[in-house]
Amino acid sequence: MSAPRSAPADEPLARLKAAYWRRNVTIMSCLLAVWAFVGLGCGILWADWLNQWSLGGVPLGFWFAQQGSIATFVVLILIYALAMNWLDADYHRRAAALKTASENGGAA
Amino acid sequence: MNETLLAMTGLKIWTIVFVVITFSIYLGIAWLARVKDTKGFFIAGGGVPAPANGMATAADWMSAASFISMAGLISGMGFAGGVYLMGWTGGYVLLALLLAPYLRKFGHFTVPDFIGDRYDSSTARLIALLCAIFVSFTYVVGQMKGVGVVFSGFLGVAPATGVFIGMAIVFVYAVFGGMKGITYTQVAQFWVLITAFLIPAVAISLKLTGSAIPSVGLASEVLPSVDPSQPYLLDKLNNLNQQFGFGSYTDAYGENAGKWNKLNVFCVCLALMAGTAGLPHVIVRFYTVKSVKAARWSAFWALGFISLLYLTAPSVAAFARYYMVDDIAGLNGKTAEELPQWYIDWNQTGLIAWVDFDGDGKVSFTNNLTKKMTLAVARSPDGAAVDSASIVLPNELMRVGGVSAAVRAELLADPDAWVAAHGGTKNSGAAAKAELLKLGGAHHPDRDIIVLATPQMAQLADWVVAFVIAGGLAAALSTASGLLLVISSSVAHDLYYKVMNPRASEQQRLRVGRVAIGVAVCIAGYFGINPPGFVGEVVAFAFGLAAASFFPAIVLGIFSKRVGTVPAVTGMLVGIGFTAFYIVTQKADVILLNAEVAEAIIGPAGQGLRTPWFFGIDAQGIGTVGMVLNFVVTVAMTPFCAAPSAKVRAMVDSIREPEDPDALSPAASH
Repeated sequence: MSAPRSAPADEPLARLKAAYWRRNVTIMSCLLAVWAFVGLGCGILWADWLNQWSLGGVPLGFWFAQQGSIATFVVLILIYALAMNWLDADYHRRAAALKTASENGGAA
Repeated sequence: MNETLLAMTGLKIWTIVFVVITFSIYLGIAWLARVKDTKGFFIAGGGVPAPANGMATAADWMSAASFISMAGLISGMGFAGGVYLMGWTGGYVLLALLLAPYLRKFGHFTVPDFIGDRYDSSTARLIALLCAIFVSFTYVVGQMKGVGVVFSGFLGVAPATGVFIGMAIVFVYAVFGGMKGITYTQVAQFWVLITAFLIPAVAISLKLTGSAIPSVGLASEVLPSVDPSQPYLLDKLNNLNQQFGFGSYTDAYGENAGKWNKLNVFCVCLALMAGTAGLPHVIVRFYTVKSVKAARWSAFWALGFISLLYLTAPSVAAFARYYMVDDIAGLNGKTAEELPQWYIDWNQTGLIAWVDFDGDGKVSFTNNLTKKMTLAVARSPDGAAVDSASIVLPNELMRVGGVSAAVRAELLADPDAWVAAHGGTKNSGAAAKAELLKLGGAHHPDRDIIVLATPQMAQLADWVVAFVIAGGLAAALSTASGLLLVISSSVAHDLYYKVMNPRASEQQRLRVGRVAIGVAVCIAGYFGINPPGFVGEVVAFAFGLAAASFFPAIVLGIFSKRVGTVPAVTGMLVGIGFTAFYIVTQKADVILLNAEVAEAIIGPAGQGLRTPWFFGIDAQGIGTVGMVLNFVVTVAMTPFCAAPSAKVRAMVDSIREPEDPDALSPAASH
């Protein structure tokens, strides 16, 4: 694995893979930040403070702990599926373009 | 009396009808989906459609604990019960984002397998394997026990018979259908359990608040028929709780809330999240679909389906609280003649028992456990403190499931005679109460009856109650079968094929897989019937151990190429060691055989090590501390230890790459 990577022909592909991984980590970190903010933050750490407001008859901190966090989690997984499927498709498009380019380059 | 008998029989008939129908469906599906090859047996051929896989995952995930116990827990705990909701759904998010995509790419679905390969160490593999088996096993035994509770509560059969019936059903469809049979059976079980949970929730929501959506009902005012002044449901609960000496239902922390402070709620929640993420039976679900794209959609479907139950459970909890505590609709102030049918049914199980200690002939269900309780502050609906400290009678609603059969029979037959024989009713029967607690009785009804009894509390039709029973069974069986399959595939695939007989033919491997699952079902059934005393206690802590052991090792293994064998193994040992030691010191009585042994080893109860000595953190939340320790130790040691080999680094690179869309499921390369 490591030997062919240093070969010049594979360098753009390695860069592409590194970029894919970076974006993957970015998407994941952002979603987990929301996960922590809503679940651990609003649902637990600031729940007593949020309880001073109410949503209908439910104190807000209590609502986040028993309703809001769960709904948020579902949305997070939805965004993750959409974003990652897009990222995969984008990667495969670029990888295919690279392959065509290198084949053309090899022929020249 | 005759009417009572008739009502019982009606419910029994309905229950038998629903149980027979649903069990026949499960067996029929298993027959249609029977498999002939190992790929079908272990990963359902890798071709289950995403929504169906989502339903199967949801059924896998929602255990007897989610269906039967969770709403009951929330009902008793109020705000703090949210840790179970957030812990189990939030753990799913961790699983779907941090672990599953990479483990799928890795191509093996057991956590020990990944840890063994990533850290290139059989020690690491063994530690993870032992933890995984311990966690899965305590979890399965819990499910089997749940089956026993359901059967004994409604059909009047011994819990052992119930476990045996459940075991037989799982045995048949898992042994013949393998993963494929289990997957499609779980789809059916999902529909049974979710409709069984939602129908009574919607019916009660309509009855109490007029809203057909339970989550909306939770935030609404009650109908005038419930309370003419139409307060918000939760305000009414707060007042009722207050009136009978319980903490506020919605307050987060402070003297009015439950026993857990902010630190404890945080730690318990995080331990549940990280621990659940490591459960193997859900990870395997990411292999049963064809492409990584389908796996992501299936994860979304699954949490969507799971959230149907998890968003409804808080409402069921609140409704049940109203029916338990209220002095008109609930038990408080009832005389023996006025006791509702659900009480009479469940009384026979010993999970709820009214003992009229003070001899006033009326039930009192309160948080006044000792007779010394005075309410410091009583609050009016608008939250302002008022001065009228009401009198809270001593609690008389107990559970006697833990006392010996002879004493239980005496207590259920004639509680008044029992009280008279044990010191009488003077001093509010304090002597009799102390005696009962010493014999193994406990204050307040068992939380496991709440969900099953709520439809009866709300006087819904018998068929609804019977359907809820079928739902509880579906929840227990689906989770048990998923876990058993993972245990057996570890044995058949990782141990037999990879280690013992690498040249085994397809037929041989399939046979070993079937034998392994058969044996696993029998072992789980045996312990479901004869649970070792500590299992009930340990189930809640299994998550903490999982969080402290393999969660950091997997995460670091995927996201760092630098962490090597020695730091990872040391980190796991430190995490497990600390967590297990803390749990043993906190639960010494049940884990170390009995009170005498516990006292001999680590000193008298309530002193030194036997108090929550680590910042007052509850045993359920200590897994979070163990996890942090594991992370810290591993990361701190890494710069001083060897980096992983080139082969391992290449493996990490390969799991980080996007999956080839044209390739079959990676597990197909087994």
